[in-house]
Amino acid sequence: MSTLTPDRADPPATRWRLGWALLCAWRGFALVFLSIPALALFITCVVFMALLPIGVGLLFFFPLMLLLRATANLTRNAMGAWAHVPIGTPYRRLPTGGGVTGLWARTKRMITEAATWRDLLWALLYLPSSLLIACFPMLLIVNGLHGVLMPFLWEVAYRHVDDAQWYTFIKVDSSQRAGLAVPWGLVQMAAGLALAPWFARVNGLWNRSLLAPTKQAELALRVQHLTESRTDAVDASAAELRRIERDLHDGAQARLVAMGMNLGAAEALMKTDPDAARVLLAETREASAKALHELRDLVRGIHPPVLSDRGLADAVRAVALESPLDVNVNVSLPGRPELPLESAAYFAVTEVLTNAAKHSGGRHVEIDLTYTDGTLRISVTDDGVGGADLMKGTGLRGIQRRLDTFDGTLALHSPVGGPTTVIMELPCDLSSRKTSPS
Amino acid sequence: MRLVLAEDLALLRDGLVRLLQAHGFEIVAAVDNGPELLRALVQHKPDVAVVDVRLPPTFTDEGLQAALEARRQVPGLPILVLSQYVEQLYARELLADGTGAVGYLLKDRVFNTDEFVDAVRRVASGGTAMDPEVISKLLARNVRDKPLAQLTPREREVLELMAEGCSNAAIAGRLFVSEGAVSKHTTNIFAKLSIDTSDETNRRVLAVLAYLNGTN
Repeated sequence: MSTLTPDRADPPATRWRLGWALLCAWRGFALVFLSIPALALFITCVVFMALLPIGVGLLFFFPLMLLLRATANLTRNAMGAWAHVPIGTPYRRLPTGGGVTGLWARTKRMITEAATWRDLLWALLYLPSSLLIACFPMLLIVNGLHGVLMPFLWEVAYRHVDDAQWYTFIKVDSSQRAGLAVPWGLVQMAAGLALAPWFARVNGLWNRSLLAPTKQAELALRVQHLTESRTDAVDASAAELRRIERDLHDGAQARLVAMGMNLGAAEALMKTDPDAARVLLAETREASAKALHELRDLVRGIHPPVLSDRGLADAVRAVALESPLDVNVNVSLPGRPELPLESAAYFAVTEVLTNAAKHSGGRHVEIDLTYTDGTLRISVTDDGVGGADLMKGTGLRGIQRRLDTFDGTLALHSPVGGPTTVIMELPCDLSSRKTSPS
Repeated sequence: MRLVLAEDLALLRDGLVRLLQAHGFEIVAAVDNGPELLRALVQHKPDVAVVDVRLPPTFTDEGLQAALEARRQVPGLPILVLSQYVEQLYARELLADGTGAVGYLLKDRVFNTDEFVDAVRRVASGGTAMDPEVISKLLARNVRDKPLAQLTPREREVLELMAEGCSNAAIAGRLFVSEGAVSKHTTNIFAKLSIDTSDETNRRVLAVLAYLNGTN
């Protein structure tokens, strides 16, 4: 969810001032053009909403609304990227289903969702607001430029015109007067440049006031997210329990039964055929070692001993040692996260590492574990061929789902040709439980 | 031979005490938690200690921590660590000080009494006893490395046993070959891995492990 991601962009003050101001002004001007689709979609949406009762509205209202949402999303992204005002998406997942019933269900959801009405209001107000706020610095700059060029314009054009030209409050009817326009023009240009970053921010805030999810929408989205991740978590743990049950049943349990039978047979043979009894006992000892081995693997799969002994840092180091790849682990954690989260993070790292070993074709992996601003950040970078895709393959998706239970996120950066970087972030608190001594 | 034992499960502790006494060890202390273990180790300075990794009060790697701490205070104190699972990380920590006289074995190795007692004696005399599982993982991990790939299957077998801590005589016994044959193999192995040869068992093992860990 984008509302949870903190704004990591550089503050404007650190950029090159003049260039930044010009960029802001230019972007504000560009933003005005979004008013064309916004206004067109507002009008058509309202028209087809009115036509909903006679059916034809049903056919067109929904796709038009989707277009409006796309336009609004474009603006949301632009505000986040350009004005450093991140805006979350307020839309809940639409009901699926085919045919007219499905379409009707989606349309009904659209109409009942507050975000739809707020979007429409935004689309209606977008043209005046973008002219007044977003575009204002650019208007000032252009008008200022007009003033600066006034002496030149006077010579080539205005002096040949009969009607007197007005430049703001200056009546341009002589070359001296035209010269007066220059400082006034410069003032306006300077003001436009100085104001541009501020207006970009104000414009962002204004758009956010209409486009951001309302408190209620945020809660609804939260409920939707929690419901989904809870279902995933329950499914995953049920599958895990089934696997453990099956492993115990087919493995250790079966071996114990066999051992019991062997021991019984050995007992019976003790008197009559001690040699055969001895062979049976040796077999039984071997079976007990195998059973232990299986139980050990099972325990390791549920909760690795190093993780409970030493915590995440050393557990990851231990995994790194076992990996066929050359793995380097850098840790700076001031404490340990809660056990369930620690375990999820651990299994996520092992899974990513396994993926890297299987598919990347690389040899070297760099793992960084850091903790800043209440977020545990794990990045895993390999020097393989890249081209990994979240949509393809279930491995990374599985990790994503598992992290989702903890409001964690997984980002993948894997250009073809490599390197591949997986970044996992988990919001959590660290406690000062016993941590690794090294 | 004086021995300190640390194991929190009473049943297993009694079993080990009986087993070790039957093989002529004198048990100077049998403890069931970390702090007591550290005290016993530092106070008695036994000829060898057999220590379970997981001990009260934290039930984490208390035993290992006590063992490492004791070796910091009494350098070279021979300690054999027993565990339900083996971790390369822990094996490295035990070997890290380079003084040898350490062992790290799975608990079920105790089933094979002779080998277990042999391992305890080896550690007591300054050698090492690494669990085959640690060794096989190390070898599996480094199989792509060129020098290791040059070894013949027989040489790999010898290397594995050598890394566990076996002497040439012991390797010969395990592989049913003559000691001369083994020493020929070891010479080849050292040459292929370009490890500085030395007659001392412990140095030899550490060199192998260091090589496998890729730390030298």
